[in-house]
Amino acid sequence: MTASHALRDPATMLRRNLRHLQRYPGLSLFPILMPVVFLLLFAYVFGATLGDGIVTGGGRDAYIDFLTPGVLVFALAGAAQIVAISVAKDMTEGIIGRFKTMRIWRPAVLSGHVLGTLLLALVSLGGAIGVALLIGWDPSAGPLDWAAAIGLLVLLALALIWISVALGLVAKSVETASNLPMVMILLPFVSSAFVPTDSMPAGLAWFAEHQPFTPITDTLRALLDGGDAGGSGAAAVVWCVVLTVAGYTWARYLYDRRPAVAR
Amino acid sequence: MTDSSRPAISAVGVRKSFGDNVVLDGVDLEVARGTVFALLGPNGAGKTTMVRILATLIDPDAGEVRIAGHDLRREPDAVRDAIGVTGQFSAVDDLLTGRENLALMADLHHLAREERRRIDDLLARFALDDAADRLVMTYSGGMRRRLDLAMTLIGAPEVIFLDEPSTGLDPRSRRTVWEIVRGLVRDGTTVFLTTQYLEEADQLADRVAILDGGRLVAQGRAAELKARIPGGRIELRLADGATLAAAAAALGRPVPEGDDLTLQIPTDGNVTTLRGVLRTLDDAELDVVDLAVHTPDLDDVFLELTR
Repeated sequence: MTASHALRDPATMLRRNLRHLQRYPGLSLFPILMPVVFLLLFAYVFGATLGDGIVTGGGRDAYIDFLTPGVLVFALAGAAQIVAISVAKDMTEGIIGRFKTMRIWRPAVLSGHVLGTLLLALVSLGGAIGVALLIGWDPSAGPLDWAAAIGLLVLLALALIWISVALGLVAKSVETASNLPMVMILLPFVSSAFVPTDSMPAGLAWFAEHQPFTPITDTLRALLDGGDAGGSGAAAVVWCVVLTVAGYTWARYLYDRRPAVAR
Repeated sequence: MTDSSRPAISAVGVRKSFGDNVVLDGVDLEVARGTVFALLGPNGAGKTTMVRILATLIDPDAGEVRIAGHDLRREPDAVRDAIGVTGQFSAVDDLLTGRENLALMADLHHLAREERRRIDDLLARFALDDAADRLVMTYSGGMRRRLDLAMTLIGAPEVIFLDEPSTGLDPRSRRTVWEIVRGLVRDGTTVFLTTQYLEEADQLADRVAILDGGRLVAQGRAAELKARIPGGRIELRLADGATLAAAAAALGRPVPEGDDLTLQIPTDGNVTTLRGVLRTLDDAELDVVDLAVHTPDLDDVFLELTR
């Protein structure tokens, strides 16, 4: 297989997936709107009370600063969920069989899905950051901090998207595929994304401190709003790399092994 | 071996099992270039498995397969370059328009600019030009199948696999598909099709093979296969049981069991035999409700060989 296939085929598949996202707004609007809804919900409904718990007398403004990095992480989980559905939809239809009988660079189909979802995730992040700034988020980050924060968010996006691709391949139906990644949506709630982990009961706090979303959110918070990441930076990057490699390997294995339309 | 005499497809000893279930139990076949080969068989005979193996979708457990001169195991990409596949389930993208589906295929085949003119040619040839810019999810079953075929053809494959190409199509769309297949063969393409419609094989195929229980139970020209089984029959339907018994006695046939009041008389199909039967019934003053002369077709071959 030539190098030109390796460049052109994923680009072709990316164009296909972007058209899908554009023509299936029911699917693509969800990850763009959901973080904004959660941001407003948490800021205005729970924010005043939660903010006082984080900084004494801090109120809503303190909570918006705490909340925003958590919402960004949550936004990526929401965007990644979409790819499981689109991959499962592809796999239950005949078109994958057609792709597999053509001389296409083998990883192109999945790479196209991953790149399309990554772009959707970036749009979703942009929307959440914009709304957060409008409602009073005041990040202290300089250009380098921003670059590092975006780098970490992209790493996390890739990790969650590849895992979601694998979940889409493992699911026997589109319905199952839309449910399996629910774990990824729930995990940020049991992390430092929305409230500090030390406010949780001991067992839950232990879990929260040892799952990937906590070091990732803590690192992001330190980069964007200053403060000490407490050595979580390395853990955040390691988690992202490990999850990406695991998700990619699992997805490639499933894609090569699973027969196209087994009916 | 010269290039023109090399078969488009040759398979020797193809075996495939899924767990304990032996689906293909040593299949040998050869398809000459520029011909139509039809693989017939009842549901579950292994037709689709055979197509999936030949189309590089699954590996056989054993057997040697060469397509367009390339070994299936050692050069799968060369095989993929030479083939086009239209499966049983339509392989079109619902969220793209007809034209975008063809453009997607053109991109994946890395077609040059002048070759991309095929997109418009195919849209016109398959009567999809009016619907070209509509999303495929609005297409009828016949339109989807035509688009599916057009997508298979855009890479100008040497060998085309059609797995039950007219299943689920109305008679008019089925005829359109047949015309397309005939046109392809005129242009030198080799077509390998599976079907449950024996008429389809009879209409299209140069050679027919019947697959049953994972083995080819017959292979040859449709006419050769028909000649292998007992000839035709005259079917007489009679008004009631008493008439049926009398007619059977007059014609020297056993009284058939069961409720349908039909008497079958084997015949080689010549008119003298038919006249003799009618005269005998006339002499016995027996009324016939309905009469049909049945000449053997592939249905008979199929039923005879796959029971």
